[in-house]
Amino acid sequence: MAENKYYETGFPYRKDKKLPGKLIVVEGTDGVGRSTQVELLKKDLEKNGFAVSDTGLRRSKLTQEGLDEAKHGNALSPLTNSLFYATDFADRLENQIIPALRAGFIVLSDRYFYSIIARDVVRGIDPDWARKVYGFALIPDIVLYLKADIDTLITRIVHGRGFNYWEAGMDILQEDNLYDSFKKYQAHMIDEFDHMTKEFNFHAIDANLSINRTHQEIMQHIQPILDEYNK
Amino acid sequence: MLKPNNSSGKLIVVEGIDGSGKSTQIDLIYKWLSEKGKSVYFSEWNSSPLVKSTTKKGKKSKVFTPTTFSLIQAADFADRWENQILPMLKAGVIVLADRYAFTGFARDVARGVDPEWVRNLYSFAYQPDLVLYFKVPLEVAVERITSGRTKLKYYEAGMDLKLAEKRTTSFELFQEKILKEYKKMSKEYEFSVLDATRPVHKQQKEVRKLVEHALKGWRGLPNPEYSARNYARRQSTKKKSESKE
Repeated sequence: MAENKYYETGFPYRKDKKLPGKLIVVEGTDGVGRSTQVELLKKDLEKNGFAVSDTGLRRSKLTQEGLDEAKHGNALSPLTNSLFYATDFADRLENQIIPALRAGFIVLSDRYFYSIIARDVVRGIDPDWARKVYGFALIPDIVLYLKADIDTLITRIVHGRGFNYWEAGMDILQEDNLYDSFKKYQAHMIDEFDHMTKEFNFHAIDANLSINRTHQEIMQHIQPILDEYNK
Repeated sequence: MLKPNNSSGKLIVVEGIDGSGKSTQIDLIYKWLSEKGKSVYFSEWNSSPLVKSTTKKGKKSKVFTPTTFSLIQAADFADRWENQILPMLKAGVIVLADRYAFTGFARDVARGVDPEWVRNLYSFAYQPDLVLYFKVPLEVAVERITSGRTKLKYYEAGMDLKLAEKRTTSFELFQEKILKEYKKMSKEYEFSVLDATRPVHKQQKEVRKLVEHALKGWRGLPNPEYSARNYARRQSTKKKSESKE
Protein backbone atom coordinates (compact mmCIF):
# COMPACT_ATOMS: atom_id res chain seq x y z
CA MET A 1 0.00 0.00 0.00
CA ALA A 2 1.11 3.54 -0.65
CA GLU A 3 2.57 5.64 2.14
CA ASN A 4 1.13 8.72 3.78
CA LYS A 5 2.85 11.89 2.70
CA TYR A 6 4.16 14.43 5.21
CA TYR A 7 5.85 17.76 4.55
CA GLU A 8 9.12 16.79 6.21
CA THR A 9 9.65 14.45 9.12
CA GLY A 10 6.06 13.47 9.88
CA PHE A 11 5.73 11.43 13.07
CA PRO A 12 8.67 8.99 13.09
CA TYR A 13 7.19 7.07 16.05
CA ARG A 14 3.83 6.46 14.36
CA LYS A 15 3.37 3.45 12.19
CA ASP A 16 0.21 4.42 10.31
CA LYS A 17 -0.64 2.41 7.24
CA LYS A 18 -1.99 4.38 4.31
CA LEU A 19 -5.03 6.24 5.63
CA PRO A 20 -8.14 5.45 3.59
CA GLY A 21 -9.91 8.80 4.19
CA LYS A 22 -9.40 12.08 2.36
CA LEU A 23 -8.24 15.36 3.81
CA ILE A 24 -9.79 18.48 2.29
CA VAL A 25 -8.56 21.81 3.63
CA VAL A 26 -10.36 25.12 3.21
CA GLU A 27 -8.07 28.10 3.71
CA GLY A 28 -8.42 31.85 3.40
CA THR A 29 -8.48 35.12 5.31
CA ASP A 30 -11.07 36.25 7.85
CA GLY A 31 -14.40 37.22 6.30
CA VAL A 32 -13.85 35.28 3.12
CA GLY A 33 -16.74 32.91 3.89
CA ARG A 34 -14.75 29.83 4.88
CA SER A 35 -17.13 28.48 7.51
CA THR A 36 -20.14 29.02 5.25
CA GLN A 37 -18.44 27.07 2.48
CA VAL A 38 -17.31 24.29 4.80
CA GLU A 39 -20.91 23.93 6.01
CA LEU A 40 -22.31 23.79 2.49
CA LEU A 41 -19.66 21.32 1.45
CA LYS A 42 -20.39 19.10 4.40
CA LYS A 43 -24.12 19.06 3.65
CA ASP A 44 -23.52 18.27 0.01
CA LEU A 45 -21.12 15.45 0.74
CA GLU A 46 -23.38 13.92 3.38
CA LYS A 47 -26.33 14.17 0.98
CA ASN A 48 -24.28 12.05 -1.39
CA GLY A 49 -23.58 9.47 1.29
CA PHE A 50 -20.06 10.41 2.38
CA ALA A 51 -19.08 10.27 6.03
CA VAL A 52 -17.70 13.70 6.86
CA SER A 53 -15.76 14.94 9.86
CA ASP A 54 -15.12 18.64 10.31
CA THR A 55 -12.48 20.26 12.44
CA GLY A 56 -11.58 23.90 12.85
CA LEU A 57 -8.62 25.86 13.97
CA ARG A 58 -8.15 26.21 17.73
CA ARG A 59 -10.57 23.58 18.85
CA SER A 60 -8.27 21.23 20.70
CA LYS A 61 -9.43 20.55 24.23
CA LEU A 62 -5.81 20.42 25.32
CA THR A 63 -4.94 23.99 24.45
CA GLN A 64 -8.33 25.75 24.34
CA GLU A 65 -8.15 27.02 27.89
CA GLY A 66 -4.57 28.23 27.59
CA LEU A 67 -5.26 30.04 24.35
CA ASP A 68 -8.42 31.66 25.72
CA GLU A 69 -6.55 32.79 28.80
CA ALA A 70 -3.87 34.27 26.60
CA LYS A 71 -6.42 36.20 24.54
CA HIS A 72 -8.10 37.67 27.57
CA GLY A 73 -5.17 38.33 29.82
CA ASN A 74 -1.54 38.81 29.01
CA ALA A 75 -0.99 38.20 25.34
CA LEU A 76 1.70 35.64 24.63
CA SER A 77 4.87 36.85 22.93
CA PRO A 78 5.20 35.86 19.25
CA LEU A 79 7.38 32.73 19.65
CA THR A 80 5.38 31.39 22.57
CA ASN A 81 2.15 32.05 20.74
CA SER A 82 3.47 30.35 17.64
CA LEU A 83 4.49 27.21 19.53
CA PHE A 84 1.20 27.18 21.42
CA TYR A 85 -0.72 27.12 18.16
CA ALA A 86 1.62 24.43 16.84
CA THR A 87 0.84 22.30 19.91
CA ASP A 88 -2.85 22.79 19.28
CA PHE A 89 -2.50 21.90 15.61
CA ALA A 90 -0.45 18.77 16.30
CA ASP A 91 -2.95 17.67 18.92
CA ARG A 92 -5.84 17.98 16.48
CA LEU A 93 -3.90 16.30 13.71
CA GLU A 94 -2.88 13.29 15.79
CA ASN A 95 -5.96 12.94 17.97
CA GLN A 96 -8.75 13.99 15.60
CA ILE A 97 -7.81 14.25 11.94
CA ILE A 98 -5.64 11.12 11.62
CA PRO A 99 -8.09 8.85 13.52
CA ALA A 100 -10.94 10.13 11.31
CA LEU A 101 -8.90 9.50 8.17
CA ARG A 102 -8.05 6.04 9.47
CA ALA A 103 -11.76 5.36 9.88
CA GLY A 104 -12.24 6.35 6.24
CA PHE A 105 -13.88 9.72 6.77
CA ILE A 106 -13.65 12.67 4.47
CA VAL A 107 -12.15 15.25 6.77
CA LEU A 108 -12.96 18.89 6.15
CA SER A 109 -10.50 21.14 7.88
CA ASP A 110 -11.56 24.75 8.29
CA ARG A 111 -7.99 26.10 8.01
CA TYR A 112 -4.76 24.19 8.39
CA PHE A 113 -1.29 25.29 9.50
CA TYR A 114 -0.95 27.72 6.56
CA SER A 115 -3.07 30.35 8.34
CA ILE A 116 -1.00 29.94 11.46
CA ILE A 117 2.22 30.49 9.54
CA ALA A 118 0.76 33.55 7.79
CA ARG A 119 -0.30 34.96 11.15
CA ASP A 120 3.12 34.24 12.68
CA VAL A 121 5.11 35.73 9.81
CA VAL A 122 3.06 38.93 9.86
CA ARG A 123 4.08 39.14 13.54
CA GLY A 124 7.77 38.87 12.78
CA ILE A 125 8.43 35.14 13.02
CA ASP A 126 11.09 33.70 10.71
CA PRO A 127 9.21 32.08 7.77
CA ASP A 128 11.67 29.19 7.37
CA TRP A 129 11.60 28.37 11.05
CA ALA A 130 7.79 28.33 11.04
CA ARG A 131 7.66 26.00 8.03
CA LYS A 132 10.07 23.56 9.66
CA VAL A 133 7.99 23.51 12.83
CA TYR A 134 5.12 22.06 10.76
CA GLY A 135 7.35 19.45 9.12
CA PHE A 136 5.25 16.81 10.89
CA ALA A 137 2.06 17.82 9.04
CA LEU A 138 0.23 15.46 6.74
CA ILE A 139 -0.01 16.75 3.16
CA PRO A 140 -3.74 17.27 2.42
CA ASP A 141 -5.37 15.72 -0.63
CA ILE A 142 -6.42 19.21 -1.65
CA VAL A 143 -6.13 22.75 -0.29
CA LEU A 144 -8.89 25.09 -1.40
CA TYR A 145 -7.73 28.67 -1.02
CA LEU A 146 -10.69 31.04 -0.91
CA LYS A 147 -9.43 34.33 -2.19
CA ALA A 148 -11.30 37.63 -2.13
CA ASP A 149 -10.42 41.31 -2.47
CA ILE A 150 -10.25 43.51 0.60
CA ASP A 151 -13.42 45.37 -0.50
CA THR A 152 -15.33 42.09 -0.59
CA LEU A 153 -14.01 41.14 2.84
CA ILE A 154 -15.13 44.47 4.26
CA THR A 155 -18.72 44.20 2.96
CA ARG A 156 -18.95 40.73 4.47
CA ILE A 157 -17.51 41.75 7.82
CA VAL A 158 -19.77 44.83 8.04
CA HIS A 159 -22.87 42.79 7.15
CA GLY A 160 -21.73 39.87 9.25
CA ARG A 161 -20.01 39.66 12.59
CA GLY A 162 -18.48 43.14 12.57
CA PHE A 163 -14.84 44.15 12.99
CA ASN A 164 -12.89 42.50 15.76
CA TYR A 165 -9.62 43.31 17.50
CA TRP A 166 -7.68 40.18 16.49
CA GLU A 167 -8.94 39.92 12.92
CA ALA A 168 -7.88 43.52 12.50
CA GLY A 169 -4.39 42.82 13.83
CA MET A 170 -4.80 45.60 16.39
CA ASP A 171 -2.23 43.85 18.57
CA ILE A 172 0.56 44.67 16.13
CA LEU A 173 -0.44 47.57 13.91
CA GLN A 174 -0.31 51.18 15.02
CA GLU A 175 -3.73 52.21 13.76
CA ASP A 176 -6.25 54.08 15.89
CA ASN A 177 -9.30 52.24 14.49
CA LEU A 178 -10.41 48.76 13.48
CA TYR A 179 -11.30 49.63 9.90
CA ASP A 180 -7.86 50.92 8.86
CA SER A 181 -6.15 48.21 10.83
CA PHE A 182 -8.29 45.46 9.30
CA LYS A 183 -7.54 46.69 5.79
CA LYS A 184 -3.80 46.73 6.36
CA TYR A 185 -3.67 43.49 8.31
CA GLN A 186 -5.74 41.47 5.85
CA ALA A 187 -3.66 42.82 2.96
CA HIS A 188 -0.56 41.42 4.73
CA MET A 189 -2.32 38.12 5.24
CA ILE A 190 -3.36 37.91 1.58
CA ASP A 191 0.28 38.56 0.61
CA GLU A 192 1.39 35.65 2.78
CA PHE A 193 -1.26 33.34 1.33
CA ASP A 194 -0.27 34.35 -2.19
CA HIS A 195 3.34 33.43 -1.38
CA MET A 196 2.21 30.03 -0.23
CA THR A 197 -0.07 29.28 -3.17
CA LYS A 198 2.62 27.72 -5.34
CA GLU A 199 4.71 26.34 -2.51
CA PHE A 200 1.85 24.32 -1.01
CA ASN A 201 -0.09 23.72 -4.19
CA PHE A 202 -3.23 25.67 -3.25
CA HIS A 203 -6.26 25.57 -5.53
CA ALA A 204 -7.25 29.23 -5.65
CA ILE A 205 -11.00 29.81 -5.67
CA ASP A 206 -12.46 33.20 -6.53
CA ALA A 207 -14.47 33.95 -3.41
CA ASN A 208 -15.66 37.39 -4.58
CA LEU A 209 -18.53 35.55 -6.27
CA SER A 210 -21.81 34.64 -4.60
CA ILE A 211 -21.97 31.89 -2.00
CA ASN A 212 -23.54 29.52 -4.52
CA ARG A 213 -21.12 30.20 -7.35
CA THR A 214 -18.19 29.75 -4.99
CA HIS A 215 -19.67 26.49 -3.74
CA GLN A 216 -20.07 25.22 -7.28
CA GLU A 217 -16.48 26.06 -8.04
CA ILE A 218 -15.36 24.20 -4.93
CA MET A 219 -17.38 21.13 -5.95
CA GLN A 220 -15.64 21.10 -9.32
CA HIS A 221 -12.23 21.22 -7.70
CA ILE A 222 -12.88 18.36 -5.31
CA GLN A 223 -14.53 16.07 -7.86
CA PRO A 224 -11.28 14.26 -8.71
CA ILE A 225 -10.71 13.58 -5.00
CA LEU A 226 -14.19 12.10 -4.68
CA ASP A 227 -13.71 10.00 -7.82
CA GLU A 228 -10.49 8.60 -6.40
CA TYR A 229 -12.16 7.93 -3.08
CA ASN A 230 -15.01 6.06 -4.80
CA LYS A 231 -12.66 3.80 -6.71
CA MET B 1 21.53 25.02 15.51
CA LEU B 2 21.78 27.46 18.38
CA LYS B 3 22.74 31.10 17.87
CA PRO B 4 25.91 32.62 19.30
CA ASN B 5 25.35 34.68 22.43
CA ASN B 6 25.88 38.25 21.27
CA SER B 7 24.34 39.83 24.33
CA SER B 8 26.29 41.43 27.15
CA GLY B 9 25.13 38.76 29.60
CA LYS B 10 26.42 35.28 30.34
CA LEU B 11 24.43 32.09 30.04
CA ILE B 12 25.33 29.11 32.20
CA VAL B 13 23.23 25.95 32.16
CA VAL B 14 23.22 22.67 34.02
CA GLU B 15 22.10 19.46 32.40
CA GLY B 16 21.85 15.82 33.41
CA ILE B 17 19.28 13.12 34.06
CA ASP B 18 17.01 13.16 37.10
CA GLY B 19 19.02 12.34 40.20
CA SER B 20 22.32 13.66 38.85
CA GLY B 21 22.44 16.35 41.53
CA LYS B 22 22.56 19.27 39.10
CA SER B 23 19.97 21.39 40.93
CA THR B 24 22.03 21.22 44.13
CA GLN B 25 25.07 22.41 42.21
CA ILE B 26 23.35 25.28 40.42
CA ASP B 27 21.81 26.44 43.68
CA LEU B 28 25.30 26.67 45.19
CA ILE B 29 26.56 28.61 42.17
CA TYR B 30 23.64 30.99 42.45
CA LYS B 31 24.43 31.79 46.09
CA TRP B 32 28.15 32.03 45.45
CA LEU B 33 27.80 34.45 42.53
CA SER B 34 25.19 36.55 44.33
CA GLU B 35 27.47 36.92 47.33
CA LYS B 36 30.27 38.03 45.02
CA GLY B 37 27.97 40.90 44.06
CA LYS B 38 27.03 39.65 40.60
CA SER B 39 23.61 40.14 39.08
CA VAL B 40 22.29 36.64 38.69
CA TYR B 41 18.97 35.34 37.38
CA PHE B 42 17.70 31.79 37.76
CA SER B 43 15.35 30.07 35.33
CA GLU B 44 13.96 26.59 35.68
CA TRP B 45 12.74 24.14 33.05
CA ASN B 46 8.98 23.90 32.63
CA SER B 47 8.07 26.81 34.89
CA SER B 48 6.23 29.29 32.69
CA PRO B 49 2.94 30.29 34.33
CA LEU B 50 1.26 30.89 30.97
CA VAL B 51 1.80 27.37 29.70
CA LYS B 52 1.26 25.64 33.03
CA SER B 53 -2.48 24.93 32.76
CA THR B 54 -2.06 23.23 29.39
CA THR B 55 0.85 21.08 30.53
CA LYS B 56 -1.07 20.06 33.61
CA LYS B 57 -4.15 19.18 31.61
CA GLY B 58 -2.22 17.14 29.07
CA LYS B 59 -0.35 15.24 31.75
CA LYS B 60 -3.47 14.52 33.75
CA SER B 61 -5.51 13.25 30.82
CA LYS B 62 -2.45 11.56 29.28
CA VAL B 63 -3.19 12.94 25.83
CA PHE B 64 0.32 14.09 25.01
CA THR B 65 1.98 12.50 22.02
CA PRO B 66 5.76 12.85 21.59
CA THR B 67 5.12 15.75 19.19
CA THR B 68 2.66 17.68 21.35
CA PHE B 69 4.78 17.08 24.44
CA SER B 70 7.79 18.44 22.62
CA LEU B 71 5.89 21.47 21.34
CA ILE B 72 4.36 22.44 24.69
CA GLN B 73 7.78 22.22 26.38
CA ALA B 74 9.19 24.39 23.61
CA ALA B 75 6.34 26.86 24.18
CA ASP B 76 7.22 26.94 27.87
CA PHE B 77 10.85 27.57 27.02
CA ALA B 78 9.92 30.25 24.45
CA ASP B 79 7.85 32.09 27.05
CA ARG B 80 10.74 32.10 29.49
CA TRP B 81 13.14 32.98 26.67
CA GLU B 82 11.18 36.02 25.49
CA ASN B 83 10.14 37.28 28.91
CA GLN B 84 12.99 36.32 31.22
CA ILE B 85 16.17 34.82 29.79
CA LEU B 86 16.75 37.08 26.77
CA PRO B 87 15.92 40.39 28.48
CA MET B 88 18.16 39.44 31.42
CA LEU B 89 21.03 38.52 29.12
CA LYS B 90 20.64 41.81 27.25
CA ALA B 91 20.78 43.68 30.55
CA GLY B 92 24.17 42.07 31.26
CA VAL B 93 23.03 39.50 33.80
CA ILE B 94 24.36 36.01 34.45
CA VAL B 95 21.47 33.70 33.67
CA LEU B 96 21.62 30.31 35.35
CA ALA B 97 19.31 27.74 33.77
CA ASP B 98 18.38 24.49 35.42
CA ARG B 99 17.91 22.48 32.20
CA TYR B 100 17.93 24.06 28.77
CA ALA B 101 17.09 23.14 25.17
CA PHE B 102 19.30 20.04 25.55
CA THR B 103 16.74 18.51 27.91
CA GLY B 104 14.17 18.92 25.15
CA PHE B 105 16.51 17.36 22.59
CA ALA B 106 17.33 14.39 24.84
CA ARG B 107 13.82 13.60 26.05
CA ASP B 108 12.00 14.26 22.80
CA VAL B 109 14.38 12.22 20.68
CA ALA B 110 14.19 9.43 23.30
CA ARG B 111 10.40 9.60 22.75
CA GLY B 112 10.87 9.20 19.01
CA VAL B 113 10.66 12.64 17.41
CA ASP B 114 13.08 13.60 14.67
CA PRO B 115 16.36 15.05 16.05
CA GLU B 116 16.61 17.77 13.40
CA TRP B 117 13.00 18.78 13.82
CA VAL B 118 13.33 19.37 17.57
CA ARG B 119 16.63 21.21 17.09
CA ASN B 120 14.85 23.64 14.79
CA LEU B 121 12.20 24.32 17.43
CA TYR B 122 14.82 25.79 19.77
CA SER B 123 16.99 27.40 17.10
CA PHE B 124 16.11 30.91 18.32
CA ALA B 125 18.03 30.27 21.57
CA TYR B 126 21.71 31.00 22.29
CA GLN B 127 24.48 28.48 22.70
CA PRO B 128 25.34 28.86 26.41
CA ASP B 129 28.72 30.19 27.52
CA LEU B 130 29.01 27.15 29.73
CA VAL B 131 27.11 23.85 29.76
CA LEU B 132 27.76 21.85 32.91
CA TYR B 133 26.75 18.27 32.27
CA PHE B 134 26.46 16.13 35.38
CA LYS B 135 27.23 12.65 34.25
CA VAL B 136 26.03 9.85 36.44
CA PRO B 137 25.74 6.10 35.82
CA LEU B 138 22.16 4.94 35.33
CA GLU B 139 22.14 2.74 38.45
CA VAL B 140 23.20 5.61 40.68
CA ALA B 141 20.55 7.97 39.33
CA VAL B 142 17.82 5.37 39.58
CA GLU B 143 18.82 4.56 43.15
CA ARG B 144 18.79 8.25 44.10
CA ILE B 145 15.37 8.84 42.52
CA THR B 146 13.55 5.71 43.59
CA SER B 147 14.79 5.64 47.18
CA GLY B 148 14.18 9.26 48.02
CA ARG B 149 10.57 9.95 47.18
CA THR B 150 7.08 8.99 46.21
CA LYS B 151 5.89 7.15 43.15
CA LEU B 152 7.25 8.18 39.78
CA LYS B 153 4.82 10.13 37.62
CA TYR B 154 3.49 8.77 34.32
CA TYR B 155 5.46 10.96 31.89
CA GLU B 156 8.45 11.21 34.19
CA ALA B 157 8.74 7.42 34.05
CA GLY B 158 8.28 7.49 30.26
CA MET B 159 5.18 5.31 30.56
CA ASP B 160 3.85 6.84 27.33
CA LEU B 161 6.61 4.99 25.48
CA LYS B 162 5.19 1.62 26.53
CA LEU B 163 8.65 0.28 27.28
CA ALA B 164 7.61 -1.68 30.35
CA GLU B 165 4.61 -2.32 32.58
CA LYS B 166 6.38 -1.39 35.80
CA ARG B 167 7.10 2.27 36.40
CA THR B 168 10.59 1.80 37.80
CA THR B 169 11.59 -0.45 34.90
CA SER B 170 10.10 1.99 32.40
CA PHE B 171 11.95 4.84 34.12
CA GLU B 172 15.26 3.00 33.84
CA LEU B 173 14.80 2.23 30.15
CA PHE B 174 13.71 5.80 29.44
CA GLN B 175 16.67 7.31 31.32
CA GLU B 176 19.00 4.98 29.45
CA LYS B 177 17.77 6.38 26.14
CA ILE B 178 18.17 9.92 27.48
CA LEU B 179 21.74 9.21 28.59
CA LYS B 180 22.55 8.09 25.06
CA GLU B 181 21.23 11.37 23.68
CA TYR B 182 23.26 13.40 26.18
CA LYS B 183 26.34 11.48 25.13
CA LYS B 184 25.72 12.36 21.48
CA MET B 185 25.26 16.03 22.37
CA SER B 186 28.39 16.36 24.55
CA LYS B 187 30.57 17.20 21.58
CA GLU B 188 27.97 18.88 19.42
CA TYR B 189 27.28 21.49 22.11
CA GLU B 190 30.63 21.51 23.95
CA PHE B 191 29.48 20.18 27.29
CA SER B 192 31.83 20.41 30.27
CA VAL B 193 31.38 16.94 31.68
CA LEU B 194 31.43 16.47 35.46
CA ASP B 195 31.58 13.25 37.41
CA ALA B 196 28.36 13.47 39.42
CA THR B 197 29.23 10.53 41.67
CA ARG B 198 31.86 12.60 43.52
CA PRO B 199 31.05 14.38 46.80
CA VAL B 200 29.01 17.56 46.39
CA HIS B 201 31.71 19.96 47.61
CA LYS B 202 34.36 18.45 45.33
CA GLN B 203 32.08 18.83 42.36
CA GLN B 204 31.32 22.39 43.41
CA LYS B 205 35.02 23.23 43.52
CA GLU B 206 35.42 22.07 39.94
CA VAL B 207 32.22 23.84 38.90
CA ARG B 208 33.43 27.14 40.36
CA LYS B 209 36.68 26.88 38.44
CA LEU B 210 34.76 26.37 35.21
CA VAL B 211 32.43 29.27 36.00
CA GLU B 212 35.36 31.56 36.84
CA HIS B 213 36.98 30.65 33.57
CA ALA B 214 33.77 31.38 31.65
CA LEU B 215 33.45 34.79 33.36
CA LYS B 216 37.10 35.76 33.07
CA GLY B 217 37.62 39.34 31.95
CA TRP B 218 33.89 39.95 31.79
CA ARG B 219 32.05 42.70 33.62
CA GLY B 220 28.32 42.51 33.66
CA LEU B 221 25.62 44.54 35.25
CA PRO B 222 26.53 45.44 38.86
CA ASN B 223 23.96 44.81 41.58
CA PRO B 224 22.27 47.89 43.11
CA GLU B 225 24.53 47.87 46.19
CA TYR B 226 27.68 47.84 44.07
CA SER B 227 26.20 50.33 41.71
CA ALA B 228 25.47 52.72 44.62
CA ARG B 229 28.95 52.22 46.08
CA ASN B 230 30.57 52.97 42.73
CA TYR B 231 28.43 56.04 42.36
CA ALA B 232 29.44 57.28 45.82
CA ARG B 233 33.11 56.66 45.01
CA ARG B 234 32.85 58.66 41.80
CA GLN B 235 31.12 61.47 43.70
CA SER B 236 33.84 61.68 46.34
CA THR B 237 36.64 61.68 43.74
CA LYS B 238 34.82 64.47 41.98
CA LYS B 239 34.55 66.47 45.21
CA LYS B 240 38.20 65.92 46.04
CA SER B 241 39.32 67.15 42.65
CA GLU B 242 36.99 70.14 43.00
CA SER B 243 38.37 71.10 46.43
CA LYS B 244 41.92 70.93 45.07
CA GLU B 245 41.12 73.52 42.45
